[in-house]
Amino acid sequence: MATETAAAEGEGSSLVFHPMDQFIVSPLFGDGPVGMFTITNVTLWLAITVLCVIGLLVLGTSARAIIPSRAQSIAELAYGFVYKMVEDVTGKEGVKYFPYIMTLFMFIVLANFLGLIPMAFTTTSHFAVTVVLALAVFISVTVLGFVKNGMSFLGLFWVSSAPLALRPILAVIELISYFVRPVSHSIRLAGNLMAGHAVIKVFAGFAAIAAVSPIAVLAITAMYGLEILVSFIQAYVFTILTCVYLKDALHPHH
Amino acid sequence: MEGDLAHIGAGLAAIGSGAAAIGVGNVAGNYLAGALRNPSAAASQTATLFIGIAFAEALGIFAFLVSLLLMFAV
Repeated sequence: MATETAAAEGEGSSLVFHPMDQFIVSPLFGDGPVGMFTITNVTLWLAITVLCVIGLLVLGTSARAIIPSRAQSIAELAYGFVYKMVEDVTGKEGVKYFPYIMTLFMFIVLANFLGLIPMAFTTTSHFAVTVVLALAVFISVTVLGFVKNGMSFLGLFWVSSAPLALRPILAVIELISYFVRPVSHSIRLAGNLMAGHAVIKVFAGFAAIAAVSPIAVLAITAMYGLEILVSFIQAYVFTILTCVYLKDALHPHH
Repeated sequence: MEGDLAHIGAGLAAIGSGAAAIGVGNVAGNYLAGALRNPSAAASQTATLFIGIAFAEALGIFAFLVSLLLMFAV
């Protein structure tokens, strides 16, 4: 790649490491090719994320204290936050699907936060991870729409408030925008995380150059603060869009 | 100097992130203007604000994706 040749030419002319190196998927044991069932660093960090979710929500609340511990109050805040979001966006009818949305939120927010630990691997910066999450939402919401409403679910694409002549054109646009949903849903999360971590690494590369290193360290600190915010907001956006799609499936008429 | 036309294309695609910045700023600015006119209605609209920001931002992320594809996949 370009990095090795530039680094060979001399220091100062290029970054000391490539900002995208942090996203390389490599096997944990040995260095064979990465196959379908190879245990990689992604597998490790996905497992750590799941363990953290269990630790926070199951172990944290198992004491059931009247005066909650720190872990218990975080778990209760998260529960209340997601419950209120589901209730506000989808209405009483959507509360039945709250466990799925809570699972999504906790998994994504903890994967994002764990990725911010230095030297950690950000699983949600990979499209392979987020596309699975988004496709699961897309397929379950579509199936749910047909099960709940039968064929009248297709009324989602037939905008009855528009003039009759415009409706076929709008139907095509609505159909396209419906099928683009999983694409934008997944790319938004992965793209935000990947871009933020790449920016931090670019500044980290500048920190090796003595003249600009103080500015670079300040910039890393500032970006890190922004990334904590972005991690939470992207998890929130992913979850609230799931709620919006769920509402469309439950009430398909405009 | 090394690089080829794909790198120039990647740089051009990065202009899209500026366009997304305009979009996100527009959404947030209009939200703030509305919220200051009627603060009591502001709290109920934060979810809409974030959905709007997410949609505006997604297109900027698409531009970022195009530039990534040009850098690493082409």
